[in-house]
This record gives sequence, C-alpha cells and structure tokens, in this order.
Amino acid sequence: MKSLSRMTFGLASALFASTAISNVAHAEDLTLCWAAWDPANALVELSKDFTKETGIGMKFEFVPWTNYADRFLNELNSKGKLCDLIIGDSQWIGGSAENGHYVKLNDFFDKEGISMSDFVDATVVGYSQWPKNTPNYWSLPAFGDVVGWTYRKDWFANPDIQAAFKEKYGRDLAVPATFAELKDIAEFFQKREIDGKTVYGASIYTERGSEGVTMGVMDVLYSYGFKYENPDKPYEMEGFVNSENSVKGLEFYKSLYDCCTPPGSSNSYMGEGIDAFKSGQVAMHMNFAFTWPGLQKDEAVGGDKVGFFANPAGPNGDKFAQLGGQGISVVAYSERQDAALKYIKWFATADVQKKWWSLGGFSCLKAVVEDPGFAASQPYAQTFLDSMAIVKDFWAEPSYASLLQASQKRFHDYVVAGNGTAKEALDGLVADWTEVFEDDGKM
Amino acid sequence: MTDANASILERAAETAARATPAPVAARVRGLSDKAVAWLFIGPTMLLLLAINIFPLIWAIYLSFTNYRANRPNEPIKGVGLSNYRRILGDHDTWLAMQATAHFVFWTILLQMLIGFALAYLIDRKFRGHAFGTTIILVPMMLSPAVVGNFWRFLYQPQIGLFTYIVSFFTGIPPTEIDMLSSVTLAPWAIIIVDTWMWTPYVMLICLAGLRSIPDYIYEAAEVDRASNWRQFWSITLPMALPFIMLAVLFRGIENFKMFDMVNLLTGGGPGSTTEVASITLKREAFEKWRTGFSSAFAIILFVAVFGLANIYVKVLNRVKSR
Repeated sequence: MKSLSRMTFGLASALFASTAISNVAHAEDLTLCWAAWDPANALVELSKDFTKETGIGMKFEFVPWTNYADRFLNELNSKGKLCDLIIGDSQWIGGSAENGHYVKLNDFFDKEGISMSDFVDATVVGYSQWPKNTPNYWSLPAFGDVVGWTYRKDWFANPDIQAAFKEKYGRDLAVPATFAELKDIAEFFQKREIDGKTVYGASIYTERGSEGVTMGVMDVLYSYGFKYENPDKPYEMEGFVNSENSVKGLEFYKSLYDCCTPPGSSNSYMGEGIDAFKSGQVAMHMNFAFTWPGLQKDEAVGGDKVGFFANPAGPNGDKFAQLGGQGISVVAYSERQDAALKYIKWFATADVQKKWWSLGGFSCLKAVVEDPGFAASQPYAQTFLDSMAIVKDFWAEPSYASLLQASQKRFHDYVVAGNGTAKEALDGLVADWTEVFEDDGKM
Repeated sequence: MTDANASILERAAETAARATPAPVAARVRGLSDKAVAWLFIGPTMLLLLAINIFPLIWAIYLSFTNYRANRPNEPIKGVGLSNYRRILGDHDTWLAMQATAHFVFWTILLQMLIGFALAYLIDRKFRGHAFGTTIILVPMMLSPAVVGNFWRFLYQPQIGLFTYIVSFFTGIPPTEIDMLSSVTLAPWAIIIVDTWMWTPYVMLICLAGLRSIPDYIYEAAEVDRASNWRQFWSITLPMALPFIMLAVLFRGIENFKMFDMVNLLTGGGPGSTTEVASITLKREAFEKWRTGFSSAFAIILFVAVFGLANIYVKVLNRVKSR
C-alpha cells in the first residue's frame, strides 16, 4: 500500500512538473502575424532556425489578403495581445506609430548595432520610418516587394507570332520599353488564337474592395508624372494629383482595361492575376514580385515560358513602380517584447537574410541584394533589383485608410464603370483627400 | 420506484430543506408573484439592454462626435449635427440610397409576382406537388455566402453556366455577357440572385394566405356563377392581401439592409453602381474608420427603416380590418 502511494505521488509529481515545464515553454512562444501567402510559408520554415537557436517557439497567425487589413488593424486598435510581432503593410506605419501600436526601435537598433543604412534605402523609408525621411524607426524591413510584370516568353519567341507582330507594328515583338508599347502588345494578343485557345492581352489590377485598383493605377500614374503633393508645400495637391500628365496616365489605364483585359476582369487583384496567367489566358500580367517565385516554378507556364520585366517608361521617359512589401514590428501591447526583439535581432543578420532569399523571401538587406551573385541567382532577381530602384509608395499617413478608400472609389468609378472623365475623377480625388487632411487638421 | 428509494429521496429532500439557512428560505417564501416574475425575466431584460439598447444609445452618442475607432488615443470631440449634415448633403450617400431603392423595389416586385404565382400554382394540389414544393424551397435554405459564391461562378463570362444559357438563347457570345462587370447588368445580376433565393419565402407566406381562405366562400361564388377570373379578383387577392403585404414588409426590411450578397457578388461595383447603403456604411465604419460619421449614417438608416415600417404596419392593419 505504501509503495502504491509512493508511486502515485511520484507519477503526480512528474505529471505536474512536465505540465509546468511545458507551460514555461509556451509562455515564451511568440506569435507572428502576417498575411496568408507563399512568403509566409517560407517564413515558417526560416523561423525553425530561430527556435533551434533560442529555444523560443514560434506560432503564426496568417490571414488572407482580403481580410488582412481589417483583421489586424482591428487587433491593433483594440490593443489586442494576439500578435507579439507583426508584419504590417507599409501604409500602416504612420497610424501605427502615432497611435502607439508599434514599439519604437531606435534604441534597440543602437544597442544591437543594427544599422538602417545596411538595408535598401527605399525599403527603410517605405517600411520603417515615420515621419518619412526622418531617423525614427518602427519596423525592420522584412519583405521587399514591388509591382512588376511577367510575360509569356514562349509566345514572344514564337516565330509566327513575331512575324505577325512585325507586320502589324513594324518592330520586333520584345519586352516593352514604354507603356505605349505595352498597350500595343496587349492589343496584339487580345482575343488572339494561340494553340487553339483564345488568349488576352494583359491582366491588370482592378479590384474595388481593398487596394487593388489604386495599386494598379498608381503604378502607371507615377511614370506619367503624377505627384501626391507640391514638393515645396506639403498637402498642396491641386495641380499635382490632377495635373495634365496625371489625367493622361489615368486615361491610359482605362484604355488598357477597356482594350486588353480578359472578360470578367472588373474586380481583379493578386489572386485573380495569378489565375489568369497560370491558366494561360494572358500574355502579360501585372503583379507584385512575391508572385514571381511561384510562377517561375509553375509546371504549365513557368521555367522557360515565363519572363519578367520592370515597369516600362511613361511618355516623358520617367519610370516608377508601386512599392509593396512590409516591415516587421514589435507590437506595443505584447507581453513578450524582449523575446520579440530577439527575433528581430536574429532576423536582421546577414546569414538569416541570405537564407530568407533562398527560401523565396525578398530580402531588403544590401549585403544580400548587392551581392555580385544575386542578379543571376534567380531569373527574376535582376527585374526585382531594377524595380526596387524605381519605387514610390502611396500615402502612409495615419488617415491612409480614408485616403485609400477615396482613390479606390474614384479610380474604380472611372476605369471600370466608365463614369465621368479622368479629369473629373482626379479633381474629385483632390477634393476627397483635401477633406481628409482638413479633418486631420493638417490643412 | 421502490418504497426504499422513495424514502431515501424524501429524507434527502428533508435534509436539504433543513440545511437551507432560515432567513433565505423566509425571503424566498416571502416573494410576491410579481417579484418572482421579475426574477425570471430580469436576466433576459439585462441581456437585451446590454446587447441592444446600450449599443443603440452609444451609437447615438458617437454620431455627434468625431470619434474614430482606429485612433484610440485621440480625444473625442463633439461635432453637433455636423455628421448628419454631411451625410444628408453628400452626393454619394444619395447615390447609395438610390441604388438601395432600385434594389428593394425590383426585388420586392419580382418576388411578389413570382412568389404569389408559385403559391397559387401549388395551392391547386397536383401530382407530386409536395416534392415540387420542397425543390422550390431549397434556395432559401442555403447560406447567402454559398449562394453569392456559386452565382459568381455561374455569372463568370468564360465558364459560367448562366452566361452559356443566355448565350444559347440570344446568340451573344458568352465572353460578352459580363453580368458582374457591366454597369447596366450588375444591378440586375444581384436582383436575379436575390429573387431566386427569396421567392420561395414569399411563396410560403402567400401559400399560408391562400390556404386560410375558407372553401365555402368559393362555393358560394360558384353558386353565383362567378368566373374564375372574378373569384380571383374578388376573393383570392383581397383575402390574401394582408399576407402579401406582410411578405412585402419582411422582404423590404431585409433588402433595405442587404449586405452579404452584394458584397460577395460585386462588392458594390463596378464603380459604385451596386453600392447599396449597407456597403457604404461598412466602408465608412470599418475601412475609413469614421466611427462617428458612420454611427450617424446608421442612425439615419435605422430611423428610415423604422419610420417606413411603422407607416406600413398602420396601412397593413387598416387593410386587415377591412
């Protein structure tokens, strides 16, 4: 009886101890919040090394892009403790900094010797700084992304198609150098029969609900001369947002939508674009760089069949591209900030960043992207570098959501629904944005 | 139950009664019926106050402020009637109200016509009418999320079944039938789906109305040699009218606040063509984060629905009392 009691006591103690140990381990686990997409899977793989090195477990909360902003902005606004680390969209930086959602990282960077000059400049401005162009850092650049183009290299190389193109346009079918050339190519392919199938010119962003049509339109407008504000007088938008060149850019985007997209493309964003390209429907495809590794590996349209190019130039030779991507931040409401900062320190190291790139993550560390072997490391690496060199980003003000919704409405109304003129759309946008900045007391 | 078991239970009850402290027992015994009734309904009332009345009062308060839920650290300022003035003077708000009115009018009209016709048909019992009724009722049993998603595929210009059927009958190439992208067709695309889904519901209400008409009235009409047409206009329709009006009320309220189907099918697009009031409200509240402004908009919509429904109920009661 005595031995039975001892055994019972021993078992109970062991059970208690193991539960306590596992609770200690779980208490240290970090939760990282991001969008549910291919790079997130690469990050899960990468983070296993962090757990191996530090013993800190990693949990992940990934939300599809369509709900990503809603879900995580709600979480931050309600001071939720779900996320210890968050890879938030570049436009959130102003609001998250001003509303105290993110931990300011300047002291931490100084203490750990992490220098922002080691990262690609555009990504530091885009993902980390608020106010912009000031040395106030709220994130570590985590995933570089930019809008660019993929095209059907095999179709472009087809002798019959090349001959037909040359006959019609008097020049070789090649990667477009200007947006005007891009439209010619798109028109040429629109409703063309290739391998017994009707194909279309290009897939472009037209989505209404979140940010799609704005990302697409801006990608073109920048190269046509659009500016958000008077460089000498912040928030003065009249004559910059709705300049003559901006109007021409918006008209161009609408004409591209009208002439050269597949049927049913009125609400198309990243996922729809990938589907259109993978199913062999389109000759060219506008999308963020994160899609390129997946398309390169695709059995049907990848390998030698796919090519990549950066945004072509506008009518005056200007070349810009819409910045995507995100920085990684420590959430101010987290109870495990020390462990979260350990993760950032680990993530910033060159070896981890190299592995990040090899797994499909677009590193922002100069040591990685300026490595002599980088450009040849993947078929899309050079296009990524070319595109990152010409980036511009949307407003990152605390009111970015209102500013974005205004542009979504104005652009979709004009480009997709065909209401009014480009000038009216941009004049309306100036009025909407002015109202937002007036409400914020900035004008 | 054996005697032994019964006595054990009695003893247990006695012990429990003795264990109850005397003052509590006295208090419970001393409660009036009214107090007991309040004890029962109290928790429900509290719950209702917490989840219905308090949010309403809070929303009314917020509608007079500049509060934004995404800026918790900013002080909340009172703005008086400014939010209401902005909404009522906003061109886009009126466009949203027009889109809502268009949607409500056509869905109700079509659902009433088709729903009543189906009810009239099913009321004349025919072979297999029970099976037919079940099949007709299937759409309203589905989740709006499922309906929205599969109709999006049906409307797809390249692979959609609906587009191919229309193409088969009209000769228009399917790729040119862009139901969800065309400014002209998109509002009708949503009306078609809502009608498909909710006509069975209207049919059920109308069927209840038709079945409530006593047979002897028709028998008397036949004795008077009234034609079928005359019977329909003088007996069937007037007696089923209160039920039809009830269906109009239910569908009117539901469609005035329609969100899920529109959001899934078009998201309010193309442009703002199908942006009904609830989509605008969602955008203001959860995308632009103008909480004060959107609260004012919600109150306006609430007052409009509540006011119209009240007027309608008064008319309905008058019709019923005739």
